[in-house]
Amino acid sequence: MIIVWSILALLVLAVLFGGLLGYASVRFRPEGNPIVDQIDQILPQTQCGQCGHPGCRPYAEAIANGEAINKCPPGGESTIQELADLLDMEPVPLDAEHGEEKPRQVAIIREDECIGCTKCIQACPVDAILGAAKQMHTVIESECTGCDLCVDPCPVDCIDMVPVATHLQTWHWQPPKPDYQIIATDRDRSDQEAA
Amino acid sequence: MNLMRLLRGQAAEPGWFDFPGGIHPPDNKAQSLQTPIAEFPLQAQYVVPVNQHIGALAVPCVTVGDQVLTGQIIAEAAGFISAPAHAPTSGTVTAIEDRPVPHPSGLTVTCIVIQADGQDTWRPRAPWPDWPARSHADLLQRLQEAGVTGLGGASFPTAVKLAADRAHIDTLVVNGAECEPYITADQALIRERAPTLYRGIEVVHKLYDFQRILIGIEDNKPDAIAALHAGLQALPETLRQRCEIRVVPTRYPSGGERQLIWLLTGREVPSGGLPMDLGMLCHNVGTLAAVADAVIEDRPLISRITTLTGDHLRRQGNIEVRLGTSIDALLAWAGLDTAPERLIMGGPMMGFALNEPGLPLVKATNCLLVPTEQELPTPPPAKPCIRCGHCEQVCPASLLPQQLMWFAQSREWDKAEQHRLFDCIECGACAYVCPSHIPLVQYYRAAKGTIHREKAEHQQAERARIRFEARQARLEQEAAEKEARRQQRAQAAKARQSESATAVDKASDPVSEAVERAKAKRTGEQGTPNTAPTANLSAEQLQARLDQQRDRLAKAEAKLADAAPEHRKAMQMTVSKLQQQIQKTEAQLQKAES
Repeated sequence: MIIVWSILALLVLAVLFGGLLGYASVRFRPEGNPIVDQIDQILPQTQCGQCGHPGCRPYAEAIANGEAINKCPPGGESTIQELADLLDMEPVPLDAEHGEEKPRQVAIIREDECIGCTKCIQACPVDAILGAAKQMHTVIESECTGCDLCVDPCPVDCIDMVPVATHLQTWHWQPPKPDYQIIATDRDRSDQEAA
Repeated sequence: MNLMRLLRGQAAEPGWFDFPGGIHPPDNKAQSLQTPIAEFPLQAQYVVPVNQHIGALAVPCVTVGDQVLTGQIIAEAAGFISAPAHAPTSGTVTAIEDRPVPHPSGLTVTCIVIQADGQDTWRPRAPWPDWPARSHADLLQRLQEAGVTGLGGASFPTAVKLAADRAHIDTLVVNGAECEPYITADQALIRERAPTLYRGIEVVHKLYDFQRILIGIEDNKPDAIAALHAGLQALPETLRQRCEIRVVPTRYPSGGERQLIWLLTGREVPSGGLPMDLGMLCHNVGTLAAVADAVIEDRPLISRITTLTGDHLRRQGNIEVRLGTSIDALLAWAGLDTAPERLIMGGPMMGFALNEPGLPLVKATNCLLVPTEQELPTPPPAKPCIRCGHCEQVCPASLLPQQLMWFAQSREWDKAEQHRLFDCIECGACAYVCPSHIPLVQYYRAAKGTIHREKAEHQQAERARIRFEARQARLEQEAAEKEARRQQRAQAAKARQSESATAVDKASDPVSEAVERAKAKRTGEQGTPNTAPTANLSAEQLQARLDQQRDRLAKAEAKLADAAPEHRKAMQMTVSKLQQQIQKTEAQLQKAES
């Protein structure tokens, strides 16, 4: 008899918790895919499209659906590392097909040569170019992500991509060099190598 | 607290509380204290950088060729945390250009170059002997315009610090500890200018009305302590009662803001917080003297006391020197014997090496140290960490230095932050005791810089994402609006079409009416019997038609009378036809009436 009761009790519990879980899965269903948001947070938001997707969020969605994590040149190794940590994957080297990691750049319009065609304004994914038809255009440098997308549409080639210069406000100390540990008698040799 | 003091055996010395860690390096202060503060002679040229303070760069407000007077503002403060720069002497602005400045980066910054005229003519000055009668706002504005910054080394704009909310600040901590080896600028200042220092304390006291004023000084400065006591006697009674000179034991880094507050009050500034959170304000003695000069004498910060020391110099000592003076000229004056191996700005613990010639002296230059190799040997190359734990014992912030180093090396920034990397004051005590000579502080500085940069980049990425999404939304909205307009137009066109169709049905269209009339006329003329419709007509309608026909007959007869002979026949036919129609209609009428 006791076996019947215990089976009955387990059955009741199973139904109870099953119902609870079923209710919770409907009631507390997350909107959208939360992993996409987390991936999107890590991506550099350059919106350059070098990964083959029209923006960072579409690439985040593609990664969530199993696409490779090494297609983002602006993010480079550190982004790949972070993505690998998040998704519990092995970090892989950057896929050279999509470009190589470069220092941060900004677009600069040579304003004398600008003819005011607004083509770059239409190309800029973050609205960082200011201007109007037949008026000179200029880049809002603080908002420019250095995505390169304005360079091709320019009919007079007056946009340069310039690496961002370090100034006092952005400079910071570098870790000690050499980073590896050497014994004192090898110091001269390592200095020569460094030079 | 008393129990803890008893346990530490400090019951006999109630003047101070013990802070964790710290080291006792040789202080090397005697060599620069042999002479009184000297005055550096005027130079032919001064180079004034716009970045002599923490915060936004000042903006030059003079142009090349301008004549400037001593103490005139040549670069204005830009933004809230900023400070102006002043002409150190009178002369002509000969250039405003990027030049190397004393900064660990070795980067260039906009500098204003002044060719001195040798007259040193002051701008009009307005000393305030009646300064206690002035309002807080006036005092603060004068401090701001005087460009006073923290002279202990950090160079934070003093006016910004003094503009803090006054309500809950009750303690002023005067920092005269000067714990770093070699540096004696503050000691020399107290020794010779204690009255000015007390004036500065009075000015700041006027702003805040402190409950107590604690002056902290290390016990290796007996002459300065004596000068402080002497100066205290000259203070007004009410202020003197609130002032306390606290002599603390010599230990590095007791002159750190947080460490000194701990030493003097036994309270710890919270992690990530400021002394203000404890109701305290901490100022360096040099800063307070500069405050007095600025407010009472209307003398902006155009000079400071700098320690010239190190065995490479023949004349070691303290010197009052105008900001913007060439460091090379200073060292030459001090008798630099050879090209030195190293030139350090600041002390041996927290200073940094200057590698370029031709740098100007700035507000933060409290010491120029030119040590010989015997005096301060170059650290040997780093060896692996042996986990001896010495660094943990000396850390004044109670951190785990070696742990932080591992995290910095393996770039685990989140762990470094969890281990309170940002509570590190970069005092260098850990590196000083490290038997493996690991440059620990450099790891922490690099880690802090990288973390700050990554946070800034993340913020920028976030902004880019928001802008991108806003743009997408805008484009979608534009497309939707365009589509809506197109739909609207299409609907409007359709509506017009159907409207005109119904209008044709309803309204009497003159064209179609004319067509109808012509048709009716044609059938009438062809002689097709009109009887079918007329049969059903009423008597009145028949009567009207009869009248019409008679009318037409009368007209036709009149025309017949006038007609030309060739038309007469046709006219007669029309008349007879009409007469027939009339007869027919009359018959119908009679029938209808009967």
